[in-house]
Amino acid sequence: MAQKRSITDTFQEPAMPTSIASWPRLGLRPLALAAMCGVMILAFLLSLSFGSVRIPLEQVLTILLGGEAERASWTTIIYDFRLPKALTAALAGAALGVSGLQMQTLFRNPLADPFVLGVSSGASLGVALVVLSVGVANTTLLAVTGLIGNLSLAAAASIGAGAVLALVLTLAQRVQNSVTLLILGLMIGYITGAIVSLLLYFSIAERIQAYIAWGFGSFGGVTWSRMHVLAPVVGIGLLLALILTKSLNALLLGEAYARSLGVDIRRARTGIVASSALLAGAVTAFCGPIAFLGIAIPHLCRALLRSADHRLLIPACILVGATTALLADLFAQAPGMSVVLPLNAITALIGAPTVIWILLRRGVERGTFGV
Amino acid sequence: MSRAILATEHLSIGYAPRRGPRRIVASNLNLTLHAGEVVCLLGPNGVGKSTLLRTLVGMQPPLDGRVWLDGVDLSTLSAREIARRVSVVLTERVEVGQLTVYALVALGRHPHTDWTGRLTPHDEEVVRRALAAVDAVNLAGRLVHELSDGERQRVMVARALAQEPLVMALDEPTAFLDLPRRVEIMRLLRRLAHETQRAMILSTHDLDLALRSADLLWLMAPGGSVHAGAPEDLVLGGAFEATFATEGISFDRHQGHFRIHPPTRRRIALMGDGVAREWTARALERAGYAAVTPDEPVELCITVTGDGHQPCWEVRTNGDAPQHVQTLHDLVALMRRIEG
Repeated sequence: MAQKRSITDTFQEPAMPTSIASWPRLGLRPLALAAMCGVMILAFLLSLSFGSVRIPLEQVLTILLGGEAERASWTTIIYDFRLPKALTAALAGAALGVSGLQMQTLFRNPLADPFVLGVSSGASLGVALVVLSVGVANTTLLAVTGLIGNLSLAAAASIGAGAVLALVLTLAQRVQNSVTLLILGLMIGYITGAIVSLLLYFSIAERIQAYIAWGFGSFGGVTWSRMHVLAPVVGIGLLLALILTKSLNALLLGEAYARSLGVDIRRARTGIVASSALLAGAVTAFCGPIAFLGIAIPHLCRALLRSADHRLLIPACILVGATTALLADLFAQAPGMSVVLPLNAITALIGAPTVIWILLRRGVERGTFGV
Repeated sequence: MSRAILATEHLSIGYAPRRGPRRIVASNLNLTLHAGEVVCLLGPNGVGKSTLLRTLVGMQPPLDGRVWLDGVDLSTLSAREIARRVSVVLTERVEVGQLTVYALVALGRHPHTDWTGRLTPHDEEVVRRALAAVDAVNLAGRLVHELSDGERQRVMVARALAQEPLVMALDEPTAFLDLPRRVEIMRLLRRLAHETQRAMILSTHDLDLALRSADLLWLMAPGGSVHAGAPEDLVLGGAFEATFATEGISFDRHQGHFRIHPPTRRRIALMGDGVAREWTARALERAGYAAVTPDEPVELCITVTGDGHQPCWEVRTNGDAPQHVQTLHDLVALMRRIEG
């Protein structure tokens, strides 16, 4: 009887708790985000401090604030090498994290990452064409892009990523549902992979070596002049992601519900694909195919914040992504050793167990898109 | 008569593929939905109920004709404008991790919020009212994937309610629910429709519940014709037989339900009274016998003896000694043996 009474009575006199605090709160969580921001700044400073030459933290701060360092060479090291590298790492981590989040939501698949669209395969193909084929392509590309310096790899990767991006965007506007897009992206990946294999097969050892080295990934190749390209492109991609936040939230319920909520699916999908491909494409072009971050960061953020709200997850993915990339780069320099380890090996070797540990301990992945 | 919220005018529904001929599911539909009414859309599988629902809520364009929504042609409205007038509960399951019930219901405010999706105090108020209306205030902090099917469906109704629509369309909202939960949902929808003066249209296969709780039935027959009317009018007019006419199924106008069994093979005399007699008759019907009162001359005669709690049965055939059984299961088995 109690059940029946409450059903008939509640509408006129909704049994609303008087204190607002008892209702779950939505939207931004300033404290959590501030903490993430603090950790990111710390990681940023650490990555400026460590390297083949150890520069004390307070000296790093002095240099950053425009002061005189104890040794003049430190200023050069910070400004010419470590700052662009750290900025690159932070941008790449943020870009891959947000791109992965968008893909996982769009395809409602916890295994989706920025590379499912085939954009990085396109970049790989571009690089393979330059590195593995004879020198002619190299000079042609340089002439076409008109950029000075040793930009050929980045330019080739950008053109490859851009070509696939254009293809995927065209397809995104035509296909009925996103799963088709997912499969098309995979197919593009296979085709470019096959061409790369053929190129590898007919190439010589030194060139293959160079191609593999690019595949290891590195944040170190971005000079200030390249930063003028990378930073704006990543900025545009992130801005687009922020604009699409509301649509991404609606897409949590699936495309049919999102449409019933007034979301223009085709436009939203095109926007998400464009943003994601710009982010992943730019990073791959300048840093190589950085695996793992794109798939892991969104899961990490959902677990840490216990939320599915993109208004919260996008800033979180930016901060956590940047932090993770900075830390991975720090480990890759292997403090105390003279060698630099392959970045891709480090991100997965240290990152994957961390994510596994957090997910298992908090047991929070259940229910994510039907897992 | 209350206000007509949704009306169709010579509406044709179906699919128009880019290549190949159009597939018309139903044509020339002239239907009306009124404020405060619950309409149940009934019909055999594959007849086009979902297509009709999808067309009515603007998720699919009509092949011909118009849908008028509160006096406005649906095809002239933008997706967002439609979303402010129509909300849906779909059959597909929402699978999201880390999404609270409150956040899910808040997504219903999507067409009303600004580009960031930020909730104003008014939006929060509407969300809370929607949760209270479906008696799910205590679920607000729970995660969606932890809910039972019944709770989940109530919450999905709250989400649709938070959209503050004129029309709510629900595609088989009672599927996957047990009987108490189905009754609860139907009662909830009726109450919401009447109290908030919204129109509710829902498709269902739950004939019994639809007959008892719908203000109006839309009965969709193979071939695309739709009979609209009060449930009782449609029963009396014979529309049910016409719609669901299939071999092996017949509609019992007295009981208001379908009989799944072929017409009875033999007549059998059944003596006794009360609940035990009624259920004996049902068991016999299932086995293919028609139980009749014993004033007619029949070969087989069954008597229900014992009291209501511990009935037993006596079976007499022409001339043979009477046989006794303790359960209806045994009775049916015995009948099969006698018939050989």
